[in-house]
Amino acid sequence: MDQVENFPNFSSSMNNSSRNSTFGHSGSKPVSYGSKGADSGALSMSQKEISDEDARLVYVDDPERTNERFEFSGNSIRTSKYSIITFLPRNLFEQFHRVAYIYFLIIAILNQLPQLAVFGRGVSILPLAFVLFVTAVKDAFEDWRRHKSDKVENNRIASVMVDGQFQGKKWKDVKVGEIVKIAANETIPCDIVLLSTSDPTGVAYVQTTNLDGESNLKTRYAKQETQAKVPEKERFIGLIKCEKPNRNIYGFQGNMEVDGKRLSLGSSNIVLRGCELKNTNWAVGVAVYCGHETKAMLNNSGAPSKRSQLETHMNLEIIMLSVFLVALCSVTSVCAAIWLKSHKNELDLMPYYRKLDFSEGEMESYQYYGWGLEILFTFLKSVIVFQVMIPISLYISMELVRVGQAYFMIRDSRMYDAATNSRFQCRALNINEDLGQIKYVFSDKTGTLTENKMEFQCASIWGVDYSSTEASLEHGHQAECSAQVDGKVLKPKMKVKVNQKLLQLSKNSFRNVEGKQIYDFFLALAACNTIVPLVVDTSDPTVKLIDYQGESPDEQALAYAAAAYGFMLIERTSGHIVIDIHGKRQRFNVLGLHEFDSDRKRMSVILGYTDNSVKLFVKGADTSMLSVIDKSLNAEILRATETHLHSYSSLGLRTLVIGMWDLSVSEFDQWHFAFEAASTALLGRAALLRKVASNVENNLCILGATAIEDKLQKGVPESIESLRTAGIKVWVLTGDKQETAISIGYSSKLLTNSMTQIIINSNNRESCRRHLQNALVKSRQPLAASAVPNNFEGFSDAIGTPIALIIDGTSLVYILDSELEEELFELASRCSVVLCCRVAPLQKAGIVALVKKRTADMTLAIGDGANDVSMIQMADVGVGISGQEGRQAVMASDFAMGQFRFLVPLLFIHGHWNYQRLGYMIIYNFYRNAIIVLVLFWYVLFTAYTVTTAINEWSSMLYSIIYTAFPTIVVGILDKDLSKRILLKYPQLYGAGQRREAYNKKLFWVTMADTFWQSIVVFFVPLFAYWGSTVDISSIGDLWTLSVVILVNLHLAMDIIRWNWVIHAVIWGSIVATVICVMIIDAIPTFSGYWAIFNTAATGLFWLCLLGILIAALLPRFAVKYIYQYYYPSDIQISREAEKFANQRVIGGNRQIEMYPIPDGPPR
Amino acid sequence: MSSSSAAAFGSADSTAARRNTKRPKYSKFTQQELPACKPILTPRAVISVFLLVSVVFVPVGVASLLASRKVVEIIHRYDAECIPQSNSSDKVAYIQNPSADKTCNITLNVHKHMKSPIHVYYQLDNFYQNHRRYVKSRNDEQLRDSEKWDSTSGCKPEDMANGKPIVPCGLIAWSLFNDTYIFSRNNKNLTVNKKGISWKSDRDHKFGKDVFPKNFQNGSIIGGARLNDSIPLSQQEDLIVWMRTAALPTFRKLYGKIEVDLNEGDTISVILKNNYNTYSFSGKKKLVLSTTGWLGGKNDFLGIAYLTVGGLCFFLAMAFTIIYFVKPRQLGDPSYLSWNRNPGGH
Repeated sequence: MDQVENFPNFSSSMNNSSRNSTFGHSGSKPVSYGSKGADSGALSMSQKEISDEDARLVYVDDPERTNERFEFSGNSIRTSKYSIITFLPRNLFEQFHRVAYIYFLIIAILNQLPQLAVFGRGVSILPLAFVLFVTAVKDAFEDWRRHKSDKVENNRIASVMVDGQFQGKKWKDVKVGEIVKIAANETIPCDIVLLSTSDPTGVAYVQTTNLDGESNLKTRYAKQETQAKVPEKERFIGLIKCEKPNRNIYGFQGNMEVDGKRLSLGSSNIVLRGCELKNTNWAVGVAVYCGHETKAMLNNSGAPSKRSQLETHMNLEIIMLSVFLVALCSVTSVCAAIWLKSHKNELDLMPYYRKLDFSEGEMESYQYYGWGLEILFTFLKSVIVFQVMIPISLYISMELVRVGQAYFMIRDSRMYDAATNSRFQCRALNINEDLGQIKYVFSDKTGTLTENKMEFQCASIWGVDYSSTEASLEHGHQAECSAQVDGKVLKPKMKVKVNQKLLQLSKNSFRNVEGKQIYDFFLALAACNTIVPLVVDTSDPTVKLIDYQGESPDEQALAYAAAAYGFMLIERTSGHIVIDIHGKRQRFNVLGLHEFDSDRKRMSVILGYTDNSVKLFVKGADTSMLSVIDKSLNAEILRATETHLHSYSSLGLRTLVIGMWDLSVSEFDQWHFAFEAASTALLGRAALLRKVASNVENNLCILGATAIEDKLQKGVPESIESLRTAGIKVWVLTGDKQETAISIGYSSKLLTNSMTQIIINSNNRESCRRHLQNALVKSRQPLAASAVPNNFEGFSDAIGTPIALIIDGTSLVYILDSELEEELFELASRCSVVLCCRVAPLQKAGIVALVKKRTADMTLAIGDGANDVSMIQMADVGVGISGQEGRQAVMASDFAMGQFRFLVPLLFIHGHWNYQRLGYMIIYNFYRNAIIVLVLFWYVLFTAYTVTTAINEWSSMLYSIIYTAFPTIVVGILDKDLSKRILLKYPQLYGAGQRREAYNKKLFWVTMADTFWQSIVVFFVPLFAYWGSTVDISSIGDLWTLSVVILVNLHLAMDIIRWNWVIHAVIWGSIVATVICVMIIDAIPTFSGYWAIFNTAATGLFWLCLLGILIAALLPRFAVKYIYQYYYPSDIQISREAEKFANQRVIGGNRQIEMYPIPDGPPR
Repeated sequence: MSSSSAAAFGSADSTAARRNTKRPKYSKFTQQELPACKPILTPRAVISVFLLVSVVFVPVGVASLLASRKVVEIIHRYDAECIPQSNSSDKVAYIQNPSADKTCNITLNVHKHMKSPIHVYYQLDNFYQNHRRYVKSRNDEQLRDSEKWDSTSGCKPEDMANGKPIVPCGLIAWSLFNDTYIFSRNNKNLTVNKKGISWKSDRDHKFGKDVFPKNFQNGSIIGGARLNDSIPLSQQEDLIVWMRTAALPTFRKLYGKIEVDLNEGDTISVILKNNYNTYSFSGKKKLVLSTTGWLGGKNDFLGIAYLTVGGLCFFLAMAFTIIYFVKPRQLGDPSYLSWNRNPGGH
């Protein structure tokens, strides 16, 4: 990942990510997901003029001229991949991207050569055709569903201007340049630039849930110059020049020429496809991007594909199997060569070889191509015969199993979040089993550990601390904060607890200086934001609720707080706001608004009072605000406020500082001029605006500070404790301040008092190095010291006193991508907790990469916001929280869920199961295919090495498709080694996955040895029993077929832990199916094995062989399994026994061992 | 306070939420809580399994060993002795010489009473009837259906002779075994019943009742027996037996059945025609007379194998019992869990 290399460039200005002070994250998304072009787009595009060749020219209301070069796509969309005609070729093409499929294709082709025709034509392509068919059916079904939804989407009706009138038109017929009219609550059919709206100021509110999942309303504006025009009356003539389609949904650049004037267009002038118009009666706009060129469609890419670790390891073993395969084939061909050589003189007339061929009249060699070629052909033929050594069906079985596992994960009611009404989502289908091997969890804080539902807690106004905590909610004070409008009562939707003293003071404002400051403070809270108040009806017709819609939860919390103290924001348009101040409605003109951006980390609003005075209100992060506050003014108050800020943040609260300034007329004019110039600039508008804002936000007078509580999500401390017990290292990466991060660490039980804290907080490389080295020395000490007293404490952790490392983003800038990385990793791996604060999004990814590069351990990143996207994509498993913030994290994630605490059932139950199941399934599939190959191979040794198969060719092909495929899939989906209850009770059981107990080299080799023994028993028992008898190939072949199939099914049955009816059905069913298939094959008179099974099965020898094979083959496995389980029991084994026998023991009660050391409350 | 604010927030849309909730429906299947039986390898179960296996296997082994011992078998190898002394230097030339007299007399001594039916087999050693070239060299359509007489695909190099298709084609039919045996006891002929030596299913469905040999053994090299062109394939039982290709390079084929008892001390003289060429690839030919038991022919392997497995299981059962009493472990005892076993270490 090359972004990581750029770390030093992300200076400290970036370290403070959006989390610290969220004023809306439009500006705080340094990394939006999607292409890198889009990442840089937001900044770089604004700085350069769109050159003509990079621009798209749209003639308003003139679609013919706009589209005369046919370069813009129409508005019909196609998310489906295939049409009926292209399905076959394209689907096949895509499927053959898999190496395994190509291998089997080559083998099938080889088999078509007459010299190599081992199997019949039809038989040889059967397995490949089966796999291709199953996948194709799956793809076709998915595509059919996409076709259906496309059709619905394309045939929706939009109102489009045709010949001066709005007419209904299907969505798919809408063209670039056409004027579209949208009514309230309608969905926007394509990306349109607003021309006019029902609001006289040209505001339109849109909901972007479909686009980014954010449910709040966003404001979009029509330009004043176009707002006045009515398209029905006069033809609209204009030219829009805008950038080429890109996927950046937060940026748009362009300009519009209307009536000879050039108007600049920005992201606030465009409404994107998929949004819904709300609170606005109608809006008219011109289509600029249609169909596939809309930003919504361009962003419609799937999650990145990751590969599971198990599969990576499995591929190594598959290489091993290929080596076996080559070895078997080499042995066969070398032996064949020796045999041919020693019988060289006999070949001509040997009855079973007959090299001489007289059928054409003259004497020639029949199918003998000389020494070298015969060896080659034998080799290739044996590859064809032994092809199943490489398990083709394993790939498709694994896919099916993962789909099945995903089904159960999605349906798990434990992972349903009632608050957001969201189920668990499996977005990636190929890394289910990685969930069972996680060693590191990287978690975001805000929105992940905490709810991101902000609550106003404390205010420090003019140096006085008013904490709400002493006040109570129960006394019904909220009733007072309501406003009467047109005889109706307006109430804020959220209730906030208030400080009585402050409430009284705020009511009696104007009386003194203190009251004035309080007035300004709350006015700032109510006005200095981008909140849109929405009036919602309630069941009581006289009472209406005000719902504050805003992009940042902090702003909402502040607005509700202001409302609670009597400063209720009632109305906001682009030009003015109306605030109800203690029952008195006041109107303020909004003269200017500087939106939040991540460089300034503050926002400001310029209000014009009715008495023509102009005031600037600013709020922002403490660091950025304290630097622009005039220190000479009110130094004591400043000091007091700083003290309060410190105490707030040590309580884990998020703090903001509020400042204001009275603008003089000259200052205002100066600003106004600059602001107008900047906002109409075409070149580098964003930078210019930022500069204007920075100029005016200066020498402020401090008003006070606010503190907002970010509440912990339910179950977070317990979850973290469980994760830690399971041996998972939890790292928290947050953009918050160190103090806030530490306090959240304590409240979430991440940090405990028994931990030694190591804090690295330095400003240059040298001090970083020093700190790191000191810390390393320190981290080693307790290890030695605690070796002895460990027993006294009875501490279960290996490292005596656990160490917690707290490191900040500034230090990380110097550490990451330098030689210090190694030391940091060493230190961090000794620590049980790592807390990184003030980290930028890319640094988050850098930290994940740091761990990922150096260990083979699996990493999981969990987050909810756009700033976690890079981390989620970097980690082996990315989990998105579908919570308050947008959907980017979910879109980038592999799994998405509603709450952090679901991580526990996800990992401990489903991860554990998935890993155990898939690990076993892979091993079993290797065994199942290797055993039949070995049986075929042993027979080859008795056929003069000519790769004859005793097992009917149909049976050998159906073997991995029908005879043995279903049980392993069903067991892979349904079997469970332990119950949910036990898995949650003993999180330590999760260690089995971390230690790779279900799939490893040792297990592979032990299984292969077992396979070897079993194949010998299967083959040689009939061989000796029938040696020198009249038995024919087909009969003994049927015996081998049946014994192999029954054996592998019994082998599986022996390892199944939970027998429910499905498993019973599928195991015994597949044995019965095999018998039926063998009988059907033997009932076809044109096959040489006609009626063989019926004739042999009538003899006692057949049944004795079968019984003997099954018992003798499974005997060693059974004995070893028992010895291993009884005398060297794994934790899983003991827990299984405990699960089964615990009840009896409790009843018996003769031997009391503390069975439940951990209090257990399994949520249902 | 938080609860009441949340409640206020929740109550507004709780009815709506209930209506279109996505909460997964509870069922034992989706929650993966189907009732299941969880077998565990307890010492008692394992020891019982081993005892059970040995209790079953030892008697079965003894029984099959007895059955095998009861079978009386006379095996006589004749490929070497049936070459006249004068031709012993070039056996292949002798056997390929059509004019040479191939008659050969051998005597068999019955060392034990043989109960009828006595099966007469010929046994070939080192004859790879399972050779890939050989196994495939036949056409099952042609054998079955008189309409398909000219379909000879897969029969090369014995598909056509003199430009006409051969019925039955292919190497298997071409190399049909053609030694014949005439048995007599005390100068009295012993009739060998050659009816019913093949599988009934083959006679009824695999070899056609209206398919007659055509153009057979008319090629340049004679591989073996000729067939009577007037008898349909379904009655050519020697061919049917021969075409059930043997699984292993040492095999027996049923020649016929003697349906009288042979007594201990009887001398059987056999007049055999030593026609079949096994000399070119140093194969052996044997004549076998054998009674049959319930397990087929004389073969001790299965009995020994059963006894071995049964004995081993008994031994394991004993061993596990002893170990169990010496070193028992309480099943499901949590003190064995790794994190309880050695505090302070993993």
